[in-house]
Amino acid sequence: MSRFSKTTLAAALAIGLAGAAAGALADGKYSGVGRAATPAEIRAWDIDVRPDFKGLRPGSGSVAQGEEVWEAKCASCHGSFGESNEVHTPLIGGTTKDDIKTGRVASLAKGDAPQRSAIMKVATVSTLFDYINRAMPLTNPKSLTNDEVYGLVAYLLNQAEVLPADFTLTDKNIAEAQARMPNRNGMRTDHGMWPGASAAKGGIGNGGKPDVKNTACMSNCKTEVKIASLLPVYAEAAHGNIAEQNRPVGPVRGKDTSGKVAAPAAAAPLSENAAASKLAADNGCMACHGTASKIVGPGYNEVAAKYKGQADAESKLVAKLKAGGQGVWGAIPMPPQTQLKDEEAHRLVKWILSGAKAQ
Amino acid sequence: MAEHPTHRGRIRPAPENFLSEADIAAVKEGRRDFLRKALATASAAVAAPGLARAAEGDPNILTLPPWTTSLGQAVAARPYGLPSQYEKGLQRRESPGLTRMPQVSVAFTPLQGLFGIITPSGLHFERHHQGWSDIDPSRHRLMVHGTDEGFVKQPKVYTMDDILRLPPVSRMHFIECGANTGMEWGNVAVPTVQYSHGMLSCSEFTGVPLRVILEDCGVDWKRAKYVLAEGADGSSMTRSIPIELVQSDEVLVAYGQNGEMLRPENGYPLRLVVPGVQGVSWVKWLRRIEVGDKPWATKDEAIHYIDLMPDGRHRQYTSTQECKSVITTPSGGQLLLDKGFYNISGLAWSGRGKIKRVDVSTDGGINWRPARIEGPVLSKCLTRFNIDWVWDGKPAILQSRAVDDTGYVQPAYGHLRAVRGTKSIYHNNAIQSWKVVESGEVSNVQVL
Repeated sequence: MSRFSKTTLAAALAIGLAGAAAGALADGKYSGVGRAATPAEIRAWDIDVRPDFKGLRPGSGSVAQGEEVWEAKCASCHGSFGESNEVHTPLIGGTTKDDIKTGRVASLAKGDAPQRSAIMKVATVSTLFDYINRAMPLTNPKSLTNDEVYGLVAYLLNQAEVLPADFTLTDKNIAEAQARMPNRNGMRTDHGMWPGASAAKGGIGNGGKPDVKNTACMSNCKTEVKIASLLPVYAEAAHGNIAEQNRPVGPVRGKDTSGKVAAPAAAAPLSENAAASKLAADNGCMACHGTASKIVGPGYNEVAAKYKGQADAESKLVAKLKAGGQGVWGAIPMPPQTQLKDEEAHRLVKWILSGAKAQ
Repeated sequence: MAEHPTHRGRIRPAPENFLSEADIAAVKEGRRDFLRKALATASAAVAAPGLARAAEGDPNILTLPPWTTSLGQAVAARPYGLPSQYEKGLQRRESPGLTRMPQVSVAFTPLQGLFGIITPSGLHFERHHQGWSDIDPSRHRLMVHGTDEGFVKQPKVYTMDDILRLPPVSRMHFIECGANTGMEWGNVAVPTVQYSHGMLSCSEFTGVPLRVILEDCGVDWKRAKYVLAEGADGSSMTRSIPIELVQSDEVLVAYGQNGEMLRPENGYPLRLVVPGVQGVSWVKWLRRIEVGDKPWATKDEAIHYIDLMPDGRHRQYTSTQECKSVITTPSGGQLLLDKGFYNISGLAWSGRGKIKRVDVSTDGGINWRPARIEGPVLSKCLTRFNIDWVWDGKPAILQSRAVDDTGYVQPAYGHLRAVRGTKSIYHNNAIQSWKVVESGEVSNVQVL
């Protein structure tokens, strides 16, 4: 983040936007191209935070404040404790008190964790702050206040037992949180895959020295060929009909993996069901709702059953869709879907009430 | 079929009309399911009127087709051209179950059907971190500034009008996602080269070297060690780039792709091009460059795009895409039509420079032959290779092994796993093996 001295700032403000736009930098080679950025513009976009906290804006948020924001804006995808594996991989889980002492997540070396949560991997608390601040919530990024981000980081680190429940995270004490990050000593950069200056020259890595060495042997390179792995049968069918993923002429054809003699589908306009189903997918609905099963939110079959026979079901649900809701199906709230047009909301609700069929 | 009695029922080249009823019956008795299905088409053709004249020759010659006997369509009937309807099999596709949400996902390039080294823009692989948007170019801005006021003398804002006024260069480079072939670290997981290697594309990019823009802002090259590139999408994706690649003039602020503007899915109207480096650093919808002296440990270099090693630590800032190659045809999920002559064709590339040679084995790596390298051979660009092969109808395992101009030889799975284990997800550049069996079926296997 840029930190302008008071004089620079004052001078820039005096020139003002109009002056800068018209002024150009007469001494540059490319005269008339580009204009000076104003301090306000830089401040608006320069939100990155480095591991040494350069760029972090002052603020504070307690675990309790973070929890409140979390339940309202984050839990629907990540679960109440950041542990959910339903929509995204878990944020929290897999770290121990001992890891906090050593700064190395032991299960990464043992290889006994079913998957890696974000807290198991991340070494730098700045990364959590920076990413939540710039990209969350997924459907409404950059809508959180600075203090809300502090609170959310505090809440997450409390869930990971890095910070106590009564902690208030601020720009002054965030280094204390860093000193307790469970995987803070878990990164290494002694590899050959950084294309800039090496660590020896003030950069990263070993200067491009590869870690494996094969030789270009040409004949009798080995005595036997051992096949270590074959394609699992389920993986073949899982990728659709490969015959339809290849050209119909040439030296080869794609293998028919459809499990039936496929009749080529006629190109028809999308049916009402297909169009609504696409709308649901495009708006991220299917991340939390199954058509026939509960994921985070209720399955559409459950919604249809609950509202069956109610004359005002459609208008009621359209309103819920647009405003969001909580409590009918459990504690996890559904975020408001303000991006939907009226017509789209009605189409989705009609589709859900009529059974949410794909076609 | 009489000329190949031991291979009866192998799918025959067109015209299928020449299959006799007896041939088809024989095939139906003894063949595996997929061949029976393939032959259903042939059976239908036999019933067609063409059969009566089959003895005289190919009905496609003897009976003129409609396109030879009618007036075709008007110019500009499709003002923006589209591929033939018969090419619709070659599309970008997701790998089912790989990601949780289509906006935070990957669509793979159909390498199995492409020629040469340029990826058609509509088939360029997609990887988005928070969905894509079609950005209004008149509202797009590029901001350049420093971590403090010492890094650039004059922080600046450029419109697309400004960027397009600067002197451009055009260069051909590959882009490969660091996670390409990542599903295959531990074992075979996907059936075709589209899914195993399809996070790979190559284009001619047009744009302005970032060096030119930084100098226009008065960069202090002595203090500058890294730049942070940031996108204008919801995720505002950020990555740290070494200043040395900028100084070498390689890093471009690009707006052109294969002669037209970038496609929205690939960063319209502006993206960073970082030759030789994994795709995540080629920040799309580029809106900001910050010059600084330390890397940023952003989410995509501190939580994702870090490579887990057997000691439980992650390699951070792994960026270079090391030398790699793959045979694209014949490849997994394909069927050879018959024994006889085939051209084995594939792609080789290196993030460290040019491809020097590619060797091909058809016996699982016991013996190798040098392939023909097709030009042009460019630095950090896809290189096409071809080699003649006469298939004798016996089982074979096809492999390719590339060598770049640093002398680095593409490793086997055994080499990589010995150092990196099987859980690193990223940077799998192992030699790929395709197994061919007597039926002509090709499948994905791993040879250590």
